[in-house]
Amino acid sequence: MLATLIIVFREVLEAALIVSIVAAATKGVAGRGRWLTAGIVGGLAGASLVAVFASAISNSVEGTGQEIFNASVLFLAVIMLGWHNVWMGSHGRQLATEMKEVGHDVTVGTKPLYALAIVVGAAVMREGSEVVLFLNGIASGGVGNMSMLAGGLLGIVAGGALGLALYFGLLRLSLNMLFRVTGWMILLLAAGMAAQGAKFLVQGGFLPPMGGFMWNTSWLLSENSLIGQTLHTLVGYTARPLPVQAIFYVGTLVIIGGLMKIVGDGVSNKAKAQRAAAGQVAGD
Amino acid sequence: MLRSLSARTLLTATGIVALIFAAAAFQPARAADEMPTFEIHIKDHKFDPSNFEVPADTRMKLVVHNDDPTPEEFESHDLFLEKIIPGGGKGIMYVGPLEAGTYHFFGEFNEATAQGDLTAK
Repeated sequence: MLATLIIVFREVLEAALIVSIVAAATKGVAGRGRWLTAGIVGGLAGASLVAVFASAISNSVEGTGQEIFNASVLFLAVIMLGWHNVWMGSHGRQLATEMKEVGHDVTVGTKPLYALAIVVGAAVMREGSEVVLFLNGIASGGVGNMSMLAGGLLGIVAGGALGLALYFGLLRLSLNMLFRVTGWMILLLAAGMAAQGAKFLVQGGFLPPMGGFMWNTSWLLSENSLIGQTLHTLVGYTARPLPVQAIFYVGTLVIIGGLMKIVGDGVSNKAKAQRAAAGQVAGD
Repeated sequence: MLRSLSARTLLTATGIVALIFAAAAFQPARAADEMPTFEIHIKDHKFDPSNFEVPADTRMKLVVHNDDPTPEEFESHDLFLEKIIPGGGKGIMYVGPLEAGTYHFFGEFNEATAQGDLTAK
């Protein structure tokens, strides 16, 4: 039962951390509950579908369909996370100000909530399909496996609880801090996902590893440990990274970070220009 | 204007990802025919062979056959692999080039019995 609990907990943890960061990042935006729920429900439905078609996916593209599928889902999430961050770069300050003034949820029509719903759905689908396959394997084993199934359910609860802890921890931050912190977390999350996607492409033979492992810190922190796995999800920690992964990681940081800066600077320049124009009018 | 900018950035990001894929496609990461291939079978949640040698500094193909009716997640932190192998199915993975040494792999769904090592020489 304990073994089952740990396996399911590991799978659920990754999705739970991603969902909690996204939920915290959308605090105060009207309609976010609906989008987040849609993401989770859609993800669960997707997970069941993926589990049902696991053999078909696995056997496609000369036995490497699973790698293409995983990498595509990860890169889709990276793009959506990037888009959210770039959008926040231009609207974040205004959003925080409005929320403080109004004191309740504000409706921001253009906030790309669906982008984050897709991120949530993708995470739930990827990890959920593995849980479904695993639990289904146990269930088909016959009676006497009830304690293992119970372990699986406990694993889901434990993973979800850790996600909730992160969520409520983040909510203790002030609004400005919350947006800044979740912005950084989403940036690192996206970079880690890109590196993980690269790993799948190498495993499937679609990308060259571009050399051997760059270093090995598994003696210090194994990805198998709770801390190692949490850091793997949050910032993309990898005990033995491949050069091609480093390229994807840094590339994602530079592209999203650069776009955030360009868009953010554009906004503050515009604000400066407006202030200057106002000052001139007052001076006249 | 900002809205159109974010749409443009999305397009740019998508374009960059597409370019990376295109670059990857032109730089073959596998030349399937000359590549050494190693086959592993999973039976009763155990690997066969559970211990074997592979050439060092070579890119190779690993084919895992799951002869059990239940799915297994083939995983190795050392080799940097993770892949679900459906019951009765098989999975192909590309590995290496590896430095000489021993690399551990396991079946995450049946960790008690599904354990193995490969040694690169």
